[in-house]
Amino acid sequence: MKTKSIMIVMTTLILCLATPMVWAGKLVIKGSTTVLPIAQKAAEAYMKQNPDVKISIEGGGSGNGIKAIIDGSTDIADSSRFIKNKEVALAVEKGRYPVPFAIAYDCIVPVVHPSNSLCNLTTDQLKMIYMGQVKNWKQIGGPDSPVVVISRDTSSGTYEVWHEKVLKGEKVFPGALLQASNGAIVQAVSKNKNAIGYVGIGYLNKEVKALKVDNITGTPETTLNGTYPISRALYMFTAGWPEGDTLNFINFILNPQKGQKYVAESGFVPLY
Amino acid sequence: MKASQRSGQSRRRKEKSIRILFFAVASASILTLSLIIIFLFMEGVPIFEKVSLKEFILGKYWYPTYDPPEFGIFPLIVASLAVTAVASLISIPLGVMTAAYLAEIASSRLREIVKPIVELLAALPSVVIGFFGMVVVAPFLQNTFNLATGLNLFNAALMLAFMSVPTICSISEDAIFSVPKELKEASLALGATHWETIWRVIVPASISGISTAVILGMSRAMGETMVVLMVAGGAGMIPTSLFDPVRPLPASIAAEMAEAPFRGDHYSALFATGIVLFAFTLLFNLVADHVSNKYRQVGAATL
Repeated sequence: MKTKSIMIVMTTLILCLATPMVWAGKLVIKGSTTVLPIAQKAAEAYMKQNPDVKISIEGGGSGNGIKAIIDGSTDIADSSRFIKNKEVALAVEKGRYPVPFAIAYDCIVPVVHPSNSLCNLTTDQLKMIYMGQVKNWKQIGGPDSPVVVISRDTSSGTYEVWHEKVLKGEKVFPGALLQASNGAIVQAVSKNKNAIGYVGIGYLNKEVKALKVDNITGTPETTLNGTYPISRALYMFTAGWPEGDTLNFINFILNPQKGQKYVAESGFVPLY
Repeated sequence: MKASQRSGQSRRRKEKSIRILFFAVASASILTLSLIIIFLFMEGVPIFEKVSLKEFILGKYWYPTYDPPEFGIFPLIVASLAVTAVASLISIPLGVMTAAYLAEIASSRLREIVKPIVELLAALPSVVIGFFGMVVVAPFLQNTFNLATGLNLFNAALMLAFMSVPTICSISEDAIFSVPKELKEASLALGATHWETIWRVIVPASISGISTAVILGMSRAMGETMVVLMVAGGAGMIPTSLFDPVRPLPASIAAEMAEAPFRGDHYSALFATGIVLFAFTLLFNLVADHVSNKYRQVGAATL
């Protein structure tokens, strides 16, 4: 009698422990911290719809994500840049074929105080401003006041785009102010009539004035048709054509009614 | 006879176990501290395989994510020292004078109201003070002095002064308050005025406590992170004026650590920056300890 009840308890326990192991799909996502907020929000929503799938997400940077695809320690790699030839060769050598999915676009817009009379700057002018060669707004056709340059911390994805598309590899001069988030840049620029900063398109608001770049306004449309110069695609890579849970998750992210919603929520440009 | 012996034995055993318990409790914090230090060095030291200690400390450029990277924290060290120095210039007179007022001049009822209020200032979260500096003080400074930016060395120093005043005031007040009454009475009996008594007798008698208060206040200012991250401006250059934006050591660590690749050079460099910061605060604490021992007032007779 006693042994029987113990047996029942034991079996139930084993079943309880075993069931999730048997049924739960497990999905690992690693890589770019820029893509992280999108992946995080989408994964939460996906897990709510599919409670039997467990998704674990790690940052660590695009390079680390792609490295994880190469050595097979992740299902999906987030990356804010396209894969390099060297990385593809390494992956193929190990029998894995990386497949890219563009899941969103990143669009960075220069912002100034609403009282600033300037509406447009060229990428060269922006480059000179961030290299510290423009000290006064009147040098580039603005009011006679000093330029206060505000930049992001050098390890942020937003800075990465700016570094690549505006500075073209040059260094931001040491006198530039540093803020640690998009929100902080908006805050600082809105409080200073001399300031210029840059933020992701999702963070624009009425307190700051967005500038055109090379006469093109940064909007989702100009980003998607490729005319706006300070933008880039964000990717998810899979090893080989995705299957099972990985495929379902990629489909979820690319679905305009589902995953793409979270792209816009995270401050990026959705694909559609 | 035997019974009393036995009870003596059990008392000794109890005594011993309680002693061990307290020793364990006391060593817990020491153990934690030493583990943190070991970890700090383990993560920070690898950077010195890439740059020499001299280049790291005296290098003028901090470009950790470029190729090739530059890891020079000299402007950051100067910024930290400058911000702390200016903050101290504001907070020491303010804190010590408030303490003297509270301990010596104010009525005891007023003292009971004001002291908790000053101490409440210490309980204000630093992010609140930082936000105040960013949204209220920065535009004010910029408009009043016609500056390029209100996020600068002076603003940060002012906010840090706010934060160290309670520390300085509260500890100094305790020191001043505990000066023996005989000293004060003797001084007054000799015909000294109240002011002369405070300045010549009471402050010198409590100088060890006041110095400890000042140095603890300064090390609080030095290590404070959120405020300097929000209001110091963050420009990695050596300041030439009081109103230049600067980037103190903690701000740099806080802004970059989250996204520095794990165990990369940038990561180690940030930990090494932490070691430098730790060295400074350790130095402050050693000085505080030394001063409080050297000028310790043993009794009324030693003055």
